Amino acid sequence: MNVPANLKYTKSHEWVRLEADGSVTVGITDHAQDLLGDLVFVELPDTGRALAAGEEAAVVESVKAAADVYAPLAGTVTEINQGVVDAPETVNQDAYAAWLFRLAPASAADLDTLLDAAAYTASVAA
Amino acid sequence: MTQKTVLNDTHRRFSAKMVDFGGWDMPLHYGSQIEEHHAVRRDCGMFDVSHMCAVDCRGPDARPFLLRLLANNVDKLKTPGKALYSAMLNETGGVVDDLIVYFVGEGDYRLVINAGTAAKDLAWMAARLAEWRLDATLTPRRDLAMIAVQGPNARARVWQALPETRAASEGLKPFFAVTVGDLFIASTGYTGEDGFEIALPAARAEVLWQALADLGVRPCGLGARDTLRLEAGMNLYGQDMDETVSPLDAGLAWTVDLAAPRDFVGKNALLAHGQRWQFLGLVLEDRGVLRAHQKVFAAQGEGEITSGTFSPTLQQSIALARLPSGVVPGDRVQVEIRDKRLTARVVRPLFVRHGASQLA
Repeated sequence: MNVPANLKYTKSHEWVRLEADGSVTVGITDHAQDLLGDLVFVELPDTGRALAAGEEAAVVESVKAAADVYAPLAGTVTEINQGVVDAPETVNQDAYAAWLFRLAPASAADLDTLLDAAAYTASVAA
Repeated sequence: MTQKTVLNDTHRRFSAKMVDFGGWDMPLHYGSQIEEHHAVRRDCGMFDVSHMCAVDCRGPDARPFLLRLLANNVDKLKTPGKALYSAMLNETGGVVDDLIVYFVGEGDYRLVINAGTAAKDLAWMAARLAEWRLDATLTPRRDLAMIAVQGPNARARVWQALPETRAASEGLKPFFAVTVGDLFIASTGYTGEDGFEIALPAARAEVLWQALADLGVRPCGLGARDTLRLEAGMNLYGQDMDETVSPLDAGLAWTVDLAAPRDFVGKNALLAHGQRWQFLGLVLEDRGVLRAHQKVFAAQGEGEITSGTFSPTLQQSIALARLPSGVVPGDRVQVEIRDKRLTARVVRPLFVRHGASQLA
């Protein structure tokens, strides 16, 4: 399973990366894309939207199923990746390059509540 | 206890992602469902359909039995080898299963029934046979494997793998079958493409699968099977119809013979209730994916999607839906997807055939 050590994770299969400017980038894990299969549709939140931790933020749909993507922590959407809306299959090709949206976190300390790579791997195996 | 086909280990060797389907451990895909779908539309793909159950119905009363058991009219089968698609109904006119019946010869029929309903179907058929005191036998053929080879190049690949079948199957028109030694070769399928469905002794299945793979035939899972059948406008039992749904409300009126004097199970209920819903296709005009159970809003009232997906051939979302009377192809309807209402166009329930879009 491909779980980069430099990222944070949620049990609901989002990955989170802290950027130099203090924002966080959010995507779905390689494991999640593998479970879903070929993605054909991605719906992203509007920029400027305030999200609570755990709130439904985006939708990814494969040929077979639809899955919600949750906000890993509270914050405001600052940017979305139009590239994955136009080409959902890029998430299948590289789930860690094909990010979905960026958030300005309400509190940087919330990042510490997320799983590290080892804990995420363990949660998937459980 | 999950059941396995004789090709289970082979699927794993071909890196299949396995999934439970009606109690069977079956391949969902072997890497990419969409690429498998395209392989069938453009070249050739193969499916393990051994989970479906062949049932041989033989005896002097086999024909009278099937005439009374099935909603379609087995008397249409005049030429040996001819196949017929039919619903098998209960007394309330609901669909117990949909199946194909092949006319092998006088007093000799083969039915192919769905995997998840096989036990129920066999019990139902045996009970009717006993109730009507008819002289016929029902023999489930779990000793057989079934491989469907589908696509524009399917016939050619099968003849390369099984040269001895070419002479007998070359002239096979659609919806016919021929027996060649211990192979039963049918020009039927569930994809809207040309091809064969081959029933063969289970012990020979892996050799044939490998031979076809060596010829470039792409292994395809249930995922591609579902998108292919939906594009072809073919119903899936348990989704587009079940024991509570009349075949008249599931787009199967063409398979139900109500005009003939022949009596069959469910006929009175169908005559009493008539058709209550239109079964039509939808093409989503907005971005998104249509799914089963989404609500449809038309000028005439509410309906429901029974099967929906993203069509890899058309690159847009399509669905089969039960819609209120009066809705016709060309109408625009609204579909409720999560918190939004999106616009879909109503079409005939046939989207793709022989690789080409059927949309106007």
